[in-house]
Amino acid sequence: MPTSIEITPQMMRAIIMDHYQNPRHKSKPEGDGYVSLHASSSNCIDDFELYLLAKDGKVLDARWDGVACTISSASTDILCDRVIGMTYQEAEYVIKQYLAMIEEKEFDASVLDEAIVFLHTGKQAARIHCATMGWTALKELLEKEEK
Amino acid sequence: MIDPYKIRNDFPMYRNRIKMQGKPLVWLDNASTTFKPDCVLDAVKAYYESETSNSHRGDYDLCFNIDQKILETRQTVGRFINCRPEEVVFSSGTTASINLVAFGWGAKYLKKGDEILLTQAEHASNVLPWYKVSEMTGAVIKFIPLDEEGRLTPENLSAVITERTKIVAIAHVTNVLGYIAPVKELSKIAHEHGAILVLDGAQSVPHVPTDVQDLDCDFLSFSGHKICGPTGIGVLYGKFDLLSKTDPFMTGGGMNAKFDMCGDVAYLEPPLRFEAGTQNIEGILGLKAAIEYVMNIGMDNINAYEEALKRYAVSELEKTGNAIVYNPKSEAGIVTFNIKDVFAQDAASFLNSRGIACRSGQHCAKILIDYLKVVATVRASFYIYTTKEDIDALVDAVRHGKEFLDAYFN
Repeated sequence: MPTSIEITPQMMRAIIMDHYQNPRHKSKPEGDGYVSLHASSSNCIDDFELYLLAKDGKVLDARWDGVACTISSASTDILCDRVIGMTYQEAEYVIKQYLAMIEEKEFDASVLDEAIVFLHTGKQAARIHCATMGWTALKELLEKEEK
Repeated sequence: MIDPYKIRNDFPMYRNRIKMQGKPLVWLDNASTTFKPDCVLDAVKAYYESETSNSHRGDYDLCFNIDQKILETRQTVGRFINCRPEEVVFSSGTTASINLVAFGWGAKYLKKGDEILLTQAEHASNVLPWYKVSEMTGAVIKFIPLDEEGRLTPENLSAVITERTKIVAIAHVTNVLGYIAPVKELSKIAHEHGAILVLDGAQSVPHVPTDVQDLDCDFLSFSGHKICGPTGIGVLYGKFDLLSKTDPFMTGGGMNAKFDMCGDVAYLEPPLRFEAGTQNIEGILGLKAAIEYVMNIGMDNINAYEEALKRYAVSELEKTGNAIVYNPKSEAGIVTFNIKDVFAQDAASFLNSRGIACRSGQHCAKILIDYLKVVATVRASFYIYTTKEDIDALVDAVRHGKEFLDAYFN
């Protein structure tokens, strides 16, 4: 397993279930200044909004809210956890590595932290989109912010 | 009585021992589409290997033979649903058939303030064409309330139908809950108010005996691929006098009697009027073989067999204590359920990891929210080749539902 820490499949399951059952960042933002993007898909039920609060090239907050399966809920929640406090460039690098992992290409595991739990998503091809929809939505939001 | 093990010998998808995720395939998505028996594949292949010709396009034998076979298919459909061959219009499927009625009849005759009655259990293809017709004509769409179980009853139709109602468009069997609508009584009520009854037969024609004269529906749509036939072929049945008053949805070759440069056009009589362009001939020939195949098994037998499977599945699922079944009492071979504490989409991936094909989704969001109080469900649907072992595999998976993340780790 290409990771610096020892993580077992049991731990990976527990992390996914924990972020699904107790999401840290699942709510509509109350403050001003958020930009958002709708994430949904034609072949799954997932349908949620991703919110980003950014200033001076830094991610101050990331949240999401809506209906989603375990894979898209947990992957989006872990994404929010991971990128809060990062610069745009750092966040974009993490997203790039994560997407490479899901596509079963070479990736830098050192920056993924808990997101490594989605290593085996490719076993269920129909869920690849679920595991990436929050991540690609944030990528798009960051690219817009940079312009 | 049906012997599914014997029937499976006719189906290459079973004979070839197809696997999914390395497990023997358990196909429980028959409401979505069905497998094809050899006779259907042979009919399609024969058209390309020894019978190729267009229809209505020549004076030679091959062409005559194809015209003859297409006519025979109309006769076969006629025997299947008890109508005249000239009342059988070929289309690409249920969606195209309903659109033809909506635009060819609805858009032509509806006026501002007229009413179209639907139910909340309709499939999108029996809702969205009517929205479009409503936009074009100013006709109003209203929904017939369903009872607390999600059933359409004659009483509820009577309660909302008015003299302004021109169209009642409903499914004979609903695709989420699988209730069989009391069509005979509903069409009587519709006709008493001067409305026509447009029946969506996508989920009924493959599974229950259909007699359009007895039901007295005005139009009926169904798809070939849900009756073991090819994809891309379906039927619109219409009472001949209504078809005669219906405009073509598409115009072009093969549907006009004559036309000149001054814009004078005469269309052919139904059904040819609605079949512009070269038809899906392989599909028509495959449909004939498919209908003969299921008629040979017997629609009464199919109906009884699926009902028995449905009862078995509901009782076994309930025994696990780990399933919520949303339609235990409906008659058709459709079980809509959730595994306790597992999101429908996660359940479907888990089933996939065990080789089981089920559909997860909102199917029809409105009814789920209003009647089932849940955003998404899993649907298992049966057919003539479904075995008790298929259902046992599903039940065993449901029993182990808590381990749904196994799908990613085993």
